Amino acid sequence: MRAPRSLAIPYVVWVLIFTVVPLALVIGFAFTGSDGKITLENIFAMSDYMAVLFRSILFAIIATVICLIIAFPAGYIISRANRINQSTLVVLLMVPMWINFLLRTYAWMTLLEQNGVINRLLGLIGLGPYQLINNSGAVILGMVYNYLPFMILPLYSVMVKIDQSVIEAAQDLGSNKIRLVRKILLPLSMPGISTGVIAVFVPSVSTFIISRMLGGGTNDLIGDIIEMQFSGNSYNPHLGSAMALVLMIIVLFMMSLFNQFGTEEDVAL
Amino acid sequence: MRRLLAFVMALVMALCLTSCGGAPEEDEISLESLGLDPELFSDYDYSKFKGQEITLNVANWGEYMSINDDECLDVNEIFEALTGIEVNYKTFASNETLYSKLLSGGATYDIIIPSDYMISKMIEENMLEKLDFDNIPNLKNVMPSFLNPQYDPNNEYSVPYLWGMVCIIYNTTMIDDEIDSWGALWDEKYAGNILMFNNPRDAFGIAQAYLGYSLNTQNKAELDRCASILKDQKEIVQGYVMDEIFDKLEGGSATIGPYYVGDAVTMCDDNPDLTYIIPKEGTNWFVDAMCIPTTAESKEAAEMYINFLCEAEIALANSDYVGYSTPNSAAYELLDDDVKADEKRYPSDEFLAEHTEVFVNLSPDTNEYMQSLWNQLKIDNSNTWFVPVFLVCLIAATVAVNVRRAVKKKRDNY
Repeated sequence: MRAPRSLAIPYVVWVLIFTVVPLALVIGFAFTGSDGKITLENIFAMSDYMAVLFRSILFAIIATVICLIIAFPAGYIISRANRINQSTLVVLLMVPMWINFLLRTYAWMTLLEQNGVINRLLGLIGLGPYQLINNSGAVILGMVYNYLPFMILPLYSVMVKIDQSVIEAAQDLGSNKIRLVRKILLPLSMPGISTGVIAVFVPSVSTFIISRMLGGGTNDLIGDIIEMQFSGNSYNPHLGSAMALVLMIIVLFMMSLFNQFGTEEDVAL
Repeated sequence: MRRLLAFVMALVMALCLTSCGGAPEEDEISLESLGLDPELFSDYDYSKFKGQEITLNVANWGEYMSINDDECLDVNEIFEALTGIEVNYKTFASNETLYSKLLSGGATYDIIIPSDYMISKMIEENMLEKLDFDNIPNLKNVMPSFLNPQYDPNNEYSVPYLWGMVCIIYNTTMIDDEIDSWGALWDEKYAGNILMFNNPRDAFGIAQAYLGYSLNTQNKAELDRCASILKDQKEIVQGYVMDEIFDKLEGGSATIGPYYVGDAVTMCDDNPDLTYIIPKEGTNWFVDAMCIPTTAESKEAAEMYINFLCEAEIALANSDYVGYSTPNSAAYELLDDDVKADEKRYPSDEFLAEHTEVFVNLSPDTNEYMQSLWNQLKIDNSNTWFVPVFLVCLIAATVAVNVRRAVKKKRDNY
């Protein structure tokens, strides 16, 4: 039975009000100056911020790759566990997400500080103290920690549907472990991977609070710079919108590129 | 059955509570019952708006009023009991966020408490309502030296709330030297242990004071010079922070950093190893004052609230709780003698005149210039090679995808 089209109305209204209109506003602000005239000045001014923009993208890519490397085996293990263990493991995965995001990041601050828990423990065995916080490593760690569940969950939900007999068949036919992953698991979990990559990459690239708290303000990302256009010394929504727009276009471009890789794999097998 | 019983009980109790609660509302609430001394309280008619169900939206800095602490007076609760007006209390993190919230119309406030330079900016941009001082007789409590300030020359728009200076806080167990200058924040000895303000106005203010410039300089060459020493400083700074400084200094993760005197008092209370000084080069003297934005909905009630905050005991409670200095002479009289004698919290007028400067609003041009210098400092363009490499990678990836697709198409055609 086809659902009546009218059921889509609430969603369409939602998208109109909260996606289309704000997007139009961003574009409108990006191409106007403070005097209200149309100008490209804001877009040109972006050239000063390209380095930080690409640094944000690089950080987000690194975080996404690390998440993928951790999440792939994790998702597989959870999906192969028996039913009761499966739900326990999934709940364990979700529990940290019920705690406020800021609180969790604050907890990392106490762990990583020069006088923090980790350095004190290391001090007991005569090591350190190491500079663990206020560097780019800490920022990436924060991204991985906060967004890892977004990678594991889609991977798990795809992998749980892979029939055990498929894996057994591959093994019966003499495929070794590497081949099994490359030829069976990877292609079959591709939809989960692409969802997970988007779910990790997009929030990572635009985050500003993680870099402020764990980067100590010395590793600002594009999100911080955008935020500063609204809450900094000079209120400049035009430049802020231009930055957000450029970021969005680059991310969109990268996502479409990635998705092409994904579909190619699908077709190839 | 038991459930029903419990329900009936609850109903009876609720009814009883509402009727009990309703009765004395008509009567005057005694000041004693609220923990206040009637002798110190003005005879202002606070019951004027009773029963009108007015709500006041108040926007203040975080942790900047004596509320939600069992050991202190709850200022807002007292006001609600006294006036029957409901207080909807919100906080903001910086003058600039408050400004952009007001400007974008995202929030309507009846009372805001921004700082000096932001007040002059808001006055210039017609964002503030002129106050009717007939409704704020307690203005007489405000010290004369705080009337007609630079940021509000005719004293038409604001009533000072709390004030303070910017100081250096450091850990005496980790730093043996006697510190007396902003230069300490540039001292290589403390590399990796220095904290710095994470907002351009305060950070530039320190560089300006250190270099002996005016804190309100609009001279671009001077600002460039400040940016360059801030850039040098970045090499040895552990982090740029705002309220995170509490944890980092109290916990000993950093040894030295600049912040506001009132907060320094709190930090030194929590960790006696810490101490604070006012650098000899001079510093910023700031005043936070109560104003009513033009978008306010109940101006008269808002003026009543301002008057209430100027009551001696209320101003004292706020100053006590926050640690900042009060401009209220009636509250000052009630302070402990050792606090009154503390030159860092209540310096003499001469000291303020000679060693401190108040921020005034800068021209939009200067603000923008300072912001862009700050952006450059924060994003650090040292690895410029990165952009071209990245672009090349992106293009390579695009080409790879397309070539692959073309090859496959060819193969499929066979």
